[in-house]
Amino acid sequence: MTECAVRAEGITKIFNQGRPNEVCALTDVDLAIEPGEFVSLIGPSGCGKSTLLRVIASLTEPTEGQISVYGKTAEQARLDRDYGMAFQHSGLFDWRSVSRNIELPLELMGWSKDKRQKRAGEMLELVKLGQFANHHPAELSGGMRQRVAIARALSFNPSLLLMDEPFGALDEMTREHMQTELLRIWSETGTTVVFVTHSIPESVYLSTRVVVMSARPGRISTEIPVDLGGRNADTRESPGFFAKITEVREALRAVEGAE
Amino acid sequence: MNGLRRRLSASLPPVAFGLVGLALWESVLRLTDPRGFVLPPPSEIVAAFVENWSQIWTGTRLTGYVIVTGLAAGVVLGVIGALLVTRFRSANETITPVATAVNAIPIVALAPVFNAWFGLISPRSNQAVVIILVFFPVFINVTKGLTQVQPSQIELMRSYAAKERTITREVRIPNAMPFFFNSLKIVSSLSVIAAIVAEYFGGRQDSLGPMIIQSAGLTRYDDAWAAVFASAMIGIALYALAALAERLVMPWHASVREATT
Ligand SMILES: Nc1ncnc2c1ncn2[C@@H]1O[C@H](COP(=O)(O)OP(=O)(O)OP(=O)(O)O)[C@@H](O)[C@H]1O
Ligand SMILES: [Mg+2]
Repeated sequence: MTECAVRAEGITKIFNQGRPNEVCALTDVDLAIEPGEFVSLIGPSGCGKSTLLRVIASLTEPTEGQISVYGKTAEQARLDRDYGMAFQHSGLFDWRSVSRNIELPLELMGWSKDKRQKRAGEMLELVKLGQFANHHPAELSGGMRQRVAIARALSFNPSLLLMDEPFGALDEMTREHMQTELLRIWSETGTTVVFVTHSIPESVYLSTRVVVMSARPGRISTEIPVDLGGRNADTRESPGFFAKITEVREALRAVEGAE
Repeated sequence: MNGLRRRLSASLPPVAFGLVGLALWESVLRLTDPRGFVLPPPSEIVAAFVENWSQIWTGTRLTGYVIVTGLAAGVVLGVIGALLVTRFRSANETITPVATAVNAIPIVALAPVFNAWFGLISPRSNQAVVIILVFFPVFINVTKGLTQVQPSQIELMRSYAAKERTITREVRIPNAMPFFFNSLKIVSSLSVIAAIVAEYFGGRQDSLGPMIIQSAGLTRYDDAWAAVFASAMIGIALYALAALAERLVMPWHASVREATT
């Protein structure tokens, strides 16, 4: 058996335990992700998708359960800088130029200035923002900022990419373009991706597996493998694509109906 | 060239407004209060300013010294306090209540007490008043800037395994810069008020505060106003310096960019 990229066992997360505002965000979540997989988390608002992502990233401790990432504890993986993260709000630093935002993780990892700038340039080409290297984030549109954040998350070839609705703020065309780019990067780098989204077509188009979660309590209700082969311009029009969309939609209906 | 023209045309309305205001001030007073008891007309203030120039210059230097040193020390202490408070919880629990309590005291009212401590003609007591008055706005604002950081930015740094020290350097301090400069602009005027009022109660007798009191006592209102004018110039100069520093240090910041473009 190969080592899992992510193995979560019996994860329960209770916020403000024992206080009147106690919230049970996750209950007994088991999830195993193989290296190189692209897993989407989808589910009603408040079902604990972001919390699960933050638990995997070792940004918050689970109340119960174990997480391992490439055979290490989640914390060790974080200290080893295995994670690339991108959030819905780009989280760019206003005081750094676009290029220096992308260089930040590289700086913390001790890359030389030349190497950093070269990599930032490549990443900016990748997200089609080559001319904006010396702009400041406040001078960019929301979608452009999001692309910079994604370039930053990818800049150091993390072995696990954790993305929380990263395309939520983008218009439809940019969104599709970014999806194509993300898939290209994913297949080129072989990185493992955990991707939170609210969009059913997006989850189907991107993933090798869609994980449907239910709310109150937050848990995994269904896992839908997606086997559409290599994606291309025709994928979005193919019957197989629509069939999967229907399948995910019905799984989500069942979850929301149960509330 | 274009920028210069734009800046000139932008400063035209306030300059015109100021000139009209001065003209009104002058003409109304010439009609209603020819002897200049209540308020001397601007022309007489300017005349008094020129006539007493050497005295005013001495006063400006002495008072300016109290203001600038007190301001610098208060700002440095405020920033250090804010850094300590955000870094160490125990510091937060000791400094913040003390600072809040001290701020509730009307500090200027303590000027006579400080005079007793430091000696009536020493500038030390006046510097102390300025320092204490300057400390609090800087402390509160910078603390706010250091702590009110987007949670996702902190999480991002933690995902890079950044240490708390790195997070402070890369995120908290840059985030606090706009707050810092805001407080700097506030205290640049506050420090002038603090120094002048403190000087009413003691300090060198040839500085601006005593000059205002003595001239007013002798009903030499034009001289008093000339000294007030000098202290206002100190405040304006300090404010302009703070705004200039803001512009140089934070060219990325929206308030700066909108002002220039
Ligand atoms: N730091 C926190 N403190 C207290 N409760 C929290 C915290 N973070 C999340 N929660 C609660 O946990 C539950 C799950 O939140 P989470 O953000 O994981 O949902 P989500 O699935 O990402 O929702 P959305 O789709 O709206 O982003 C919610 O009820 C939320 O109120
Ligand atoms: Mg969320």
